[in-house]
Amino acid sequence: MLTRNSIKPWYLIHKWTSLICTAFMLLLCLTGLPLIFSGEIDRALGYSMAPPDLPETAGRADLDAIISAAKARRPGDAVQFIVADPGEPNLWFVRMAESVAAAKPSAFYAFDARTGDYLYQYPLDQGIMNVVLRLHVDMFAGLWGTLFLGLMGLLLVASLVSGVVLYGPFMRKLAFGTVRRKQSARLKWLNLHNLLGIVTLVWFLVVGATGVINTLATPIFGQWQSGELAEMVAPYRTMPSLQELGSVQKALDAARTVAPDMSLSFMAFPGNSFAGPRHFVAFMQGNSPLTSKLLKPILIDAQTGMVVETRELPWYVTALLISKPLHFGDYGGLPLKIIWALLDILSIAVLGSGLHLWLKKRNVSIEARLGALPNGSEKQRDSA
Amino acid sequence: MKTSLTGIQIWGMPILLGLVSVSGLIAALLFDGIGDVVSWLALAAPVVTALWYGVLRT
Repeated sequence: MLTRNSIKPWYLIHKWTSLICTAFMLLLCLTGLPLIFSGEIDRALGYSMAPPDLPETAGRADLDAIISAAKARRPGDAVQFIVADPGEPNLWFVRMAESVAAAKPSAFYAFDARTGDYLYQYPLDQGIMNVVLRLHVDMFAGLWGTLFLGLMGLLLVASLVSGVVLYGPFMRKLAFGTVRRKQSARLKWLNLHNLLGIVTLVWFLVVGATGVINTLATPIFGQWQSGELAEMVAPYRTMPSLQELGSVQKALDAARTVAPDMSLSFMAFPGNSFAGPRHFVAFMQGNSPLTSKLLKPILIDAQTGMVVETRELPWYVTALLISKPLHFGDYGGLPLKIIWALLDILSIAVLGSGLHLWLKKRNVSIEARLGALPNGSEKQRDSA
Repeated sequence: MKTSLTGIQIWGMPILLGLVSVSGLIAALLFDGIGDVVSWLALAAPVVTALWYGVLRT
């Protein structure tokens, strides 16, 4: 059992890690709440649309026709990616940009995968949800903003761990879930903080830690691009540059032949940082709940449409891919999203009650605060 | 003066809720259908516990 003196450092760790990260965690929890439902909100705002109902017998449109139609809409731009949405198997998305290697997209088109019809353009960089997303991802401060939020996430993890260490001594004489409402406001807030903190602990830890991993997405993919991807395309470096892009449909068919039990998640076009100078990379996903979150890159010659190499993604990219659903809560239907939102609200209550305890008692010495510990001292008997 | 609780009295519920939460987080990741239902029920447990002790029980 921890003694009063051995608790003190944990108390200080809990206090200071919490104080530094709480304002940012409140921002992340508040902006994260609507983001849980971003798909539903996009649909409600008309930012995205369901594909029209067609008979089951409707075939599949030729991808090359879709690529041509996208290019015709923005003749000066390049196609960077074609993207599939597992939730909308009848849609293809085409991401365009000023050049194939540009960091920012210029348009995001949705096409009917059965008829090839153009359906809608997803609005980029506009609307309230875009503001919410940017606040959540980087606070409008780019990569450094993202990495800063990752650091705040690490402090949250330290705060949660130190909070668990403190939970034991504070609950030494209290049955689980005790909330002493009648004695003092402070005891009530303290008990609520302990209760909500301990019940949301695992979820908050997992969402916090996977959020930290998500903040590392750019360096993680950068490592893969400069390592594995560079190795994959190295043998073709000396070949003449790509004259004309071959058939995208043929490339996709070839990828499907190599990975028959997988489907395309997205395909990067030659010259993009996710592809080679003269190769497509098709990122294939599995068809089970878990493997559908993972990706397998297939390198395809962009002129001949032949598969030249495929390999598994390294562990650090797989860790990132697994972190995404565990952070977003988008892998168990609408009920899971609602529970995710409720747990998020409880986490806001944990942050808020912790902040409240500090604001009310910041003029009181640490010894007096540790006096709330049930250790049988005179002070304790007075208050307990 | 109340006597100290044993370790299991203090940590029993937190550990149980932690294990239930972990199983809920993993279930929907591994299995469709029944896995989704298990995740809803398991992750509802901390929410219901918080509401019961924090709000409803006076």
